[in-house]
Amino acid sequence: MNPCLKRYLTIVASLGVSQAGIAGVLPDDRSDILYHQYIGGGVEIDGPSILMRKSIGKSFSVVANYYVDMVSSASIDVITTASPYTEERTQYSLAADYLRGNTMMSVGITSSEESDFDSSTYNLSISQDMFGDLTTLTLSYAYGDDTVRRADDPGFFRDNTRQHYGIGVTQILTRNLISVLNFEVITDEGFLNNPYRSVRYLDAGSAVGYSFEPELYPHTRTSTAIGIRAKYYLPYRAALEAQYRFYMDTWDINGNTVSIAYTHPWREFIFTAKYRWHDQTGAHFFRDIFPRFEATNFRGRDKELSPLTSQTVNFSVAYEFLSDGMGFLDKGTVNFSLDHLMIDYKEFRDISTGAALGDEPFYHLDANVLQLFVSFWY
Amino acid sequence: MFKAQISRILPTLATLLMVAGLSACSNIEPWVKPYERDRLADPIMFLDADPVSSAYIYHVYEAREGARGGEGTAGGGCGCN
Repeated sequence: MNPCLKRYLTIVASLGVSQAGIAGVLPDDRSDILYHQYIGGGVEIDGPSILMRKSIGKSFSVVANYYVDMVSSASIDVITTASPYTEERTQYSLAADYLRGNTMMSVGITSSEESDFDSSTYNLSISQDMFGDLTTLTLSYAYGDDTVRRADDPGFFRDNTRQHYGIGVTQILTRNLISVLNFEVITDEGFLNNPYRSVRYLDAGSAVGYSFEPELYPHTRTSTAIGIRAKYYLPYRAALEAQYRFYMDTWDINGNTVSIAYTHPWREFIFTAKYRWHDQTGAHFFRDIFPRFEATNFRGRDKELSPLTSQTVNFSVAYEFLSDGMGFLDKGTVNFSLDHLMIDYKEFRDISTGAALGDEPFYHLDANVLQLFVSFWY
Repeated sequence: MFKAQISRILPTLATLLMVAGLSACSNIEPWVKPYERDRLADPIMFLDADPVSSAYIYHVYEAREGARGGEGTAGGGCGCN
């Protein structure tokens, strides 16, 4: 996985743990035990995620999350330039919220470890309810510090730092409509490419017409994302949600993401169906094949940096039990969620097919993402 | 001469507008009253009903695409608990 991406995932996790609340009210005490599984493109990733949140008195709430990715990879990158591998990533997060009046202050730390990558992220945020609790303003900041290593080179160490700035506004518009506006800027500095991945270049001396050399990314990246989201309560007790995100970064990746979801309750069940569409341009240094050895200052062949269109179809269902409580438990839910991802890469070719140079088909990825989890409120 | 007068007046005007704006903020009446937020308090309207699940699926999206950020919740809610 791309080190740059790994760092961002740690940020996602740390912010996700610490920002789940409403500014004027502490988050509910709850525990979640989740099993996740990703299968697609020769990659299998599964593992648990366990989250526990508990309030202390009327002003404090603490939350802890333990998350594991067990990876077995024979992806297109791996089978064409390396050997299949397995690895495990373990992540711990701890965060605390302090409520004072209509203000919520949160701090958190997330630590992630694997055989060739360590990451630590420290985050803080403040949320304020205003205008009769119709508006919640959230400001957030996170700082991350990582170390990239190579499993086959004990002397290889590279550092990265990143900073994440976020502003979010949640706004109640009518008694049936709530909306969210997010603005996020993330800056990275350091060793941002994958230490193992290669790019290919034309080589008349090679039997297949090309050879490989290590990829080389710029040492900085700054991205800006603006997202807007609205959820509407339909007259017959159902909900419709729409979301749009505009994305741009200094690697010339521009993206648009749209999603729509429909939620329908029936007895103790809540059903949700969702469709998500994402389209992006490629990084300025991405090429499926370079014209010669060291042809450009920066070079990458990570398929995620290629122009691509991604579509996701999701179906999920939640079943509520213990609705009247039992002992110290207030209620529980059992949840099932399945996402099907379909990604068309517009410049990344599938060289595993053995087709002649230039005739290789563009790569297509299908993946299924399963989540099974139980949640308890107390 | 005129420019000098304008440059003296502008900061005062800006301050007055700011104070007036802040005063107006304090008088904003919530147009959706707390007792009208029952629908927004329905679990089907939660923006992030299951944080452990949404964090995971954003993790997957970030892993498979080149874009990042802007899709999560802002930390707000309906203020109706």
